[in-house]
Amino acid sequence: MATTDQEVNELIKREYEHGFVTNIESDTFEPGLNEDVIARLSGIKKEPEWMLEWRLKAYRRWLEMDEPDWAHVGYPKIDYNSISYYSAPKRKEDMPQSLDEVDPELLKTYEKLGIPLHEREKLAGVAVDAVFDSVSVATTFKEPLAKAGVIFCSISEAIRDYPELVQKYLGSVVPHGDNFFAGLNSAVFSDGTFVYVPKGVRCPMELSTYFRINAANTGQFERTLIIADEGSYVSYLEGCTAPMRDENQLHAAVVELVALDDAQIKYSTVQNWYPGDEEGKGGIYNFVTKRGACIGKNSKISWTQVETGSAVTWKYPSCVLRGDNSVGEFYSVALTHNYQQADTGTKMIHLGKNTRSTIISKGISAGKSSNAYRGLVKFGPGAEGARNFTQCDSLLIGDRCGAHTFPYIESKNKSAIVEHEATTSKVSDEQMFLCRQRGIDPEQAVSMIVNGFCKEVFKELPMEFAVEAGKLLEVSLEGSVG
Amino acid sequence: MLSIKNLHASVEGKEILKGINLEIKAGEVHAIMGPNGSGKSTLSQVLAGNEAFEVTDGEVVMNGENLLELETEERAREGIFLAFQYPVEIPGVSNMQFLRTAVNAMRKHHGEEEMNAAEFMKLAKDVSRQVDLDPAFLKRGVNEGFSGGEKKRNEIMQALLLQPKLAILDETDSGLDIDALKVVADGVNALRSQDRAILMVTHYQRLLNHIVPDYVHVLAGGRIIKSGGRELALELEEKGYGWLGIKDEATADNAAN
Repeated sequence: MATTDQEVNELIKREYEHGFVTNIESDTFEPGLNEDVIARLSGIKKEPEWMLEWRLKAYRRWLEMDEPDWAHVGYPKIDYNSISYYSAPKRKEDMPQSLDEVDPELLKTYEKLGIPLHEREKLAGVAVDAVFDSVSVATTFKEPLAKAGVIFCSISEAIRDYPELVQKYLGSVVPHGDNFFAGLNSAVFSDGTFVYVPKGVRCPMELSTYFRINAANTGQFERTLIIADEGSYVSYLEGCTAPMRDENQLHAAVVELVALDDAQIKYSTVQNWYPGDEEGKGGIYNFVTKRGACIGKNSKISWTQVETGSAVTWKYPSCVLRGDNSVGEFYSVALTHNYQQADTGTKMIHLGKNTRSTIISKGISAGKSSNAYRGLVKFGPGAEGARNFTQCDSLLIGDRCGAHTFPYIESKNKSAIVEHEATTSKVSDEQMFLCRQRGIDPEQAVSMIVNGFCKEVFKELPMEFAVEAGKLLEVSLEGSVG
Repeated sequence: MLSIKNLHASVEGKEILKGINLEIKAGEVHAIMGPNGSGKSTLSQVLAGNEAFEVTDGEVVMNGENLLELETEERAREGIFLAFQYPVEIPGVSNMQFLRTAVNAMRKHHGEEEMNAAEFMKLAKDVSRQVDLDPAFLKRGVNEGFSGGEKKRNEIMQALLLQPKLAILDETDSGLDIDALKVVADGVNALRSQDRAILMVTHYQRLLNHIVPDYVHVLAGGRIIKSGGRELALELEEKGYGWLGIKDEATADNAAN
């Protein structure tokens, strides 16, 4: 018996396992934000003039905007001048030309996170772009992808090498003035991932970006732009972690997806930013704007997210269904524990004829956390025959947490059909007794019940990551029993 | 194997068990009978360690170990199995996954290697046929959308998989038609062995026609008021509980006092 108790105790005590700090020399800007800082940032990145102009325009717009306060979350006011807007590992003048030239300390960091950057390693079927603080440090499998015509690189490279594509699409889905955090990101984004899949190409492997915040007092502002040209297909996955620090850190990313005629983008996220400690100290503020535009007919964008990290999450991956017959999907698992707060959901904007969308949201609250689903389903006047199906399920563990559902439906077309289902349930004492009576540890029982609850979403994840997601839930739920 | 002495237990402050004494040896089959509200189900739940019930006095020793000090899952791993009267559903968790987790928890406890999915599938298919369940049901959610009969057969199947030392069957016959009853009884009879004890809790004697007990105890008002052999059950069927001075559940307490 003693061994069992010991194991349970160890499990409960186990901490956020990605919380280590990499000791690496960095070039970090002094905290503070003004036009000079933006010019310096743009200069370091050797950006063309038009890019700096774009940033400054965004910055001026941002200065006039207010931080949103409508979300069901609370956090102290952020002083945007106390944050450093650029931090990058020190390295020689030029970018490393191959993986062999990447700082071994960085390679070690990613290995420790289970994301080996050697192309022959276990993620052999997945191409990875590794973003460390403000810069992309390595991108794998560039060559085989290039053979297929797929561009997969950091956004900084794309700005230099593919300016036409970037100029055409950057900000086309999430414009400067879209919201406060998107405006800030447009002004100061430091790196991120760029993907272009040409006409008729099915991307030969999963693409993935792994975001790591390392430096203290630094914000991470990455920008991702994915363009799927006519008849193409791409599946993309992002993962995120950060060290354990007592101060809160800001992560304000923007992701834009563009799907042309008959194109499909599948975007999956496993978000595991540091959530703060048991008392709610520290953790990442995850204020992210993610939006996909199905601009072509018969196109499809599918968001799948598993959110277990961050102290505060404010995130609504959305689809603008402009092309006729286009399809938007949102599958989400959001788990909050201890003092975490999440206000997350989606927007499905139906503009084209016969557009369809599906929303499956699973919120799990444990500890003293608060978990809100906020979703908008909107039908424009031209959305003839459009339909949406929404299912929002909440699961409560314990009696000190909260779950909220805020669905908004706006329809300007009488032929549109909306279906909405919502449930709230608890992990019941009877379920726990049944599991334990069969010899199953309480922690394992909760994790199994929660996994069952999330099944519909997990089955949407790429295979390798579905397993990871299940494990992540297990770790995130530790200490939620008893 | 199991020794219950002066066991008192209450739920929400109301005393249900008022001094149970019972000795069960390996290889024996005991039946506990009694009217509704007599405390039969409470006894099963208390032995299995349901925390909704509070043990206020007495002791339960299994194979030399003080059972009351063990957590629910520890009791299970020591060989206590409860076939639930109303098995609860766990949506989205497949029967297969649930059962394999349980079997592996037991194996781990006994220092045995865990079974992989393929090994377990083979075992589970064999056992499911034993209780006449289509192996396809292994893919369904735990008890999700099961008929009453399927739930009961599923419970017996779990007992066959987990091979407990003491199987407690709580009203396993309730809600079964005669064919299903026969299947369940066959399953239980397959469980009978020299080193396993079975404790059956039942309101009716009809189950005992199929699973012949070694001992029959009558529980009323939270105490065992009469014990005997199989013939006691037959006598009860013929004469009713009134024969022992128990009128119905409302007056059961008074009758026993």
